[in-house]
Amino acid sequence: MSTNACLQLSLYLVVLLACVKPLGAYMARVYQGRPFVLDRVLGWLERSLYRLAGVNDQAEMTWRQYATAVLVFNGIGFLALYALLRLQGFLPLNPQKFGAVRPDLAFNTSVSFVTNTNWQSYGGESSLSYLSQMLGLGVQNFVSAATGMSVLVALIRGLARRSSETIGNFWVDLTRSVLYILLPLSLVLALVLVSQGVVQNFRPYERASLIDSSGAEANTVAEQTLPMGPAASQIAIKQLGTNGGGFFNANSSHPYENPTPLSNFLQMLAILLIPAALCHTFGVMAGDTRQGRAILAAMLAVFVPLALGTVVAEQAGTSILAKNGISQRASSSSPGGNMEGKETRFGITDSALWACATTAASNGCVNSMHDSFTPLGGLIPLWLMQLGEVVFGGMGSGLYGMLMFVVVAVFVAGLMVGRTPEYLGKKIEVYEMKMASLIILIPPLLVLIGTAVAVSGPGLAARDRDTGTVAALSNTPGAHGFTEILYTYSSTGNNNGSAFSGLSTDVPFYNLTLAVAMLAARFWLIIPILAVAGSLARKKSAPQSAGTLPTHTPLFVGLLVCVVLLVGALTFVPALALGPIVEQLQMTSH
Amino acid sequence: MAATSKSRRLFDSSLVRQALAGSFRKLDPRRQVRNPVMFTVFVGSLLTSCLGIESLLFGGHESAGFVLSISAWLWFTLIFANFAEALAEGRGKAQADTLRKMKRDVEAKRLDAPDRNSACRTMLASQLRKGDVVLVETGDLVPADGEVIEGVASVDESAITGESAPVIRESGGDRSSVTGGTRVLSDWLIVRVSTNPGEAFLDRMIALVEGAKRQKTPNEIALDILLAALTIVFLVACTTLLPFSKYSVQTAGQGHPITISVVVALLVCLIPTTIGGLLSAIGIAGMDRMIRSNVIATSGRAVEAAGDVDVLLLDKTGTITLGNRQAVEFIPAPGVDLDALVDVAQLASLADETPEGRSIVVLAKEKYGLRGRNVHELGATFVPFSAQTRLSGVQLDGREIRKGETEAVEAFVRQHGGQTASEVRRAAEEIAKRGGTPLVVAEGGNALGVVHLKDIVKGGIKERFVQLRRMGIKTVMITGDNPLTAAAIAAEAGVDDFLAQATPEAKLKMIRSYQAEGRLVAMTGDGTNDSPALAQADVAVAMNSGTQAAKEAGNMVDLDSNPTKLIEIVEIGKQLLMTRGALTTFSLANDVAKYFAVIPAAFASTYPVLGRLNVMRLTTPESAVMSAVIFNALIIVMLIPLALRGVSYRPVGAERLLRDHMLVYGLGGLFTPFIGIKVVDLFLFAVGLT
Repeated sequence: MSTNACLQLSLYLVVLLACVKPLGAYMARVYQGRPFVLDRVLGWLERSLYRLAGVNDQAEMTWRQYATAVLVFNGIGFLALYALLRLQGFLPLNPQKFGAVRPDLAFNTSVSFVTNTNWQSYGGESSLSYLSQMLGLGVQNFVSAATGMSVLVALIRGLARRSSETIGNFWVDLTRSVLYILLPLSLVLALVLVSQGVVQNFRPYERASLIDSSGAEANTVAEQTLPMGPAASQIAIKQLGTNGGGFFNANSSHPYENPTPLSNFLQMLAILLIPAALCHTFGVMAGDTRQGRAILAAMLAVFVPLALGTVVAEQAGTSILAKNGISQRASSSSPGGNMEGKETRFGITDSALWACATTAASNGCVNSMHDSFTPLGGLIPLWLMQLGEVVFGGMGSGLYGMLMFVVVAVFVAGLMVGRTPEYLGKKIEVYEMKMASLIILIPPLLVLIGTAVAVSGPGLAARDRDTGTVAALSNTPGAHGFTEILYTYSSTGNNNGSAFSGLSTDVPFYNLTLAVAMLAARFWLIIPILAVAGSLARKKSAPQSAGTLPTHTPLFVGLLVCVVLLVGALTFVPALALGPIVEQLQMTSH
Repeated sequence: MAATSKSRRLFDSSLVRQALAGSFRKLDPRRQVRNPVMFTVFVGSLLTSCLGIESLLFGGHESAGFVLSISAWLWFTLIFANFAEALAEGRGKAQADTLRKMKRDVEAKRLDAPDRNSACRTMLASQLRKGDVVLVETGDLVPADGEVIEGVASVDESAITGESAPVIRESGGDRSSVTGGTRVLSDWLIVRVSTNPGEAFLDRMIALVEGAKRQKTPNEIALDILLAALTIVFLVACTTLLPFSKYSVQTAGQGHPITISVVVALLVCLIPTTIGGLLSAIGIAGMDRMIRSNVIATSGRAVEAAGDVDVLLLDKTGTITLGNRQAVEFIPAPGVDLDALVDVAQLASLADETPEGRSIVVLAKEKYGLRGRNVHELGATFVPFSAQTRLSGVQLDGREIRKGETEAVEAFVRQHGGQTASEVRRAAEEIAKRGGTPLVVAEGGNALGVVHLKDIVKGGIKERFVQLRRMGIKTVMITGDNPLTAAAIAAEAGVDDFLAQATPEAKLKMIRSYQAEGRLVAMTGDGTNDSPALAQADVAVAMNSGTQAAKEAGNMVDLDSNPTKLIEIVEIGKQLLMTRGALTTFSLANDVAKYFAVIPAAFASTYPVLGRLNVMRLTTPESAVMSAVIFNALIIVMLIPLALRGVSYRPVGAERLLRDHMLVYGLGGLFTPFIGIKVVDLFLFAVGLT
């Protein structure tokens, strides 16, 4: 690996880790209701919101009440977004006069944003009004992220509390997440992004004459449409809230969305910022910061080697490029390696690192074409999603998913040392194992079954809406086409939203099945998580002794990493063998 | 009896024969469905058998021989797992049978009223009901468990405890319970039957080792859930390979889609059959180990809880100290010669047959060279201890020699017109403060000095407590002594805490407060007044010599009535969990190698390039699949000894234990199958099966 790559990676990790402690501690204060500066400034707003909504912020909820609140809130959010997308033609802030979004697409998009997936079957600049973007997608970007954080906080309370029936108040957790964490951070990031050239306006799209017109004589392209809009505000929360839904179709590779290396660095930082800091929040709230550090260490132990692997794979280039006499060695004038599908202003390291960050966290935004990665370079982001989005993962959801892996690791480890397993003093019993198994089980089932249905026929070809002819949906059938479909379901079945590209998914089959996968992956997991939170909160806490297995040591971190990797590998190796692994072997054997 | 059972070999030939028969009987689908992992194998075996017969009759691109041999090995996998369970059951039952033999139906003499002279009817013991009153006379077998309501008798309990010395059973007090199957050697007893037939401890124990009736323990259920979840994941991962490979064949334009038989083979290799197949054997073997150490547990849950115990409440007497105190020092009163004191003290104790008295004679001989004398030759008269005087001693040629506790001797001295020196009193207090018992010796009006009697802490018990501490278990000594004495002994024995002047209420309160802190408490007890505490404790071991009430309150009965057994019980509990954990880890780690064997083989025709993943260089795709399946079946058999004996427990910290077990069973589980599968493949090649 080049020195440049090493430097960029190290810088990224150092800045990220430096932010973990202060931000994590701040979030813990927010959720614990301990004083912090912002509550004095915005406290009146918080209180008046509760008054307005008729919420008693002092009332605590049982897990069932909490789960009901989550479902009702998200259900209403879904209906509102769906209505907005269908009615956008009649509503203001629509300079391009976009009509209603088709029902299947509107359904898919609403589910996608409510579930914090941000899978995009639509093209932002070609189908959505500014109002839909801001009032619909933007709002869901905030509240879906805040929902995940709230559920996590409820689970942490379950671990920390003793003999308690309640796990907090969803409305308070939700409001505080948005008001004190997501809004201030987004505001700062949006302003910095604007300074880098990200657009933020309500103007209609502009047309620019090309200096160097291209194309054959008959259809020369001499003019280009430049999409406008309130992009910076949307992009800030898209990155911070592990949403990933781009304002423009090309997402963060679009120059108006991610213009400079600095904006790229900041956006990449924003992707992992809160998921990483939540580990520390967890440690503080659980009363043992070592526990938070251990989980962060486990995440890094998976993330760093895999990110390095992607960088190395992309930098190594492909045998096909080599055969065509293209130099793939990095030099001062050339990035070398596999530059296909990558922006020249980011290069290989930043594209590969971004690909790993966006799939490790369930963000899903892209600054390069994952479809054009080398097979191995594409396998890693794919596998990062298939690990269940627990390596950083989504807002809150990554950590609560990881905590379920901890439950399984603690269970196995407890057996191996001859004690009924316990975590943070809470005994892990039949009920917890049932829920943890369910949570670990569901995403792989969604991915595998979804892919199986798609490759059996319905996902391979569709009748074109305008021409009526049947066309293949994938531009590259074979092992690569299989990878594309597997990637699509891995992304939605784990609420990531990252797209491999190369597969046209804006057809009813995909819009519906992917929406089902997204819904199940989100809410079918949230309910058992809250059930575990409720069950743990009710338990007494067993005191530590020499016979208690410590869960903050490198040994336990190692075990946790093994469990995550083993479950991920054992579940997906057969499928991966038919996709990227075959591709890689075919490529290297040429 | 205990000795023969302990030496029973793991693969005793008669047990193996029985187990073999049992392993086929257990193929009953109603039994298989209880275990989700093995039921999946069961369905797979049926499916491949049908496929094999189909291709035998109608042909297909897969050879019937291949499918049928896969099918045969899947059946073997099931049979091996059944064999493990049957063998474990057989061993447990053999142990129980030995105990049950003495429970053969004996005749009982039922009395109409609890009076020896009332009408007596002879009936079979199995017809007795709870509450019946029976007469047991010299030479009779006690027909059922019960409580002595009248009489005193010596009883031979060797059949249950292995201890040959007869014990006294009498009405009232802590020695009032009798166990069915023991024999009355002298005198007679009237016993009130306390259990209905089939409910006695022995029957409960036998039920626990019989797989069909065995209740799953909570930990077993939790593990079952995890294994079932993994099975579902693998089931989906394998069955989705059918459409995946069909798509691959279509787009690659070559080869055949994966066959159902290979999918089933892969599935069976991947699902955790090793632990799934051995799970119930491990549980039964744990119960069996309890029985082997002469402990009858009334539930599997109790055995598991034993492994989790945080706090051990141990009775001082008998567990921590030897049952009796021993003389360790003579302290003369001022102006009294030491030799004179030793001489008088020895005279006072010569006829005293209590362990304390004997220990004074022994000390006088060993430390002061004073040989024992015969009381009768001396012409002395023994004055036994009485509750009124609280003194004992001898009358010798008009000399009145007495020994006893300070106040009693002081009173005696005063009676004889003497005065006890304040130094003597102080010496006595000093001894008490250090945890000893002072015994003052006097002759007439002279208090000659003090004998220091000391509680002797059992050899090796201190090291035992250090081990327990390393296991994370806190030891608490329970004693009726005063706090000073208790503290001294506690310090000497190295227990973590003590409860002095313990009353049943204080014990109960202590258990509750530990439990409120979230700890699991284990204790032993024998008296009726222990029952509330026993009922409250998480692991409660009643002594077999104890009262029926104590036995009913506890969840284990120690046939040897040995309070130190608690430590062994904890180890057995831990061993049980560790064996499950070790085999689960091993089973999962195995899967990596199986993928390397089966995946390249399964897709060899579509993507020959995947052959580069065949790192074991297995001969052919067929032999690769076969080798994985055969290895998967054989590993179950090879791990039966481990499952039955259990992973050995060492008292080291949790962290160290986890590291060692991860290395052995995790890393070992990763690499073993690479070698195993290769060996099987080479064998298949050598005998020309591939």
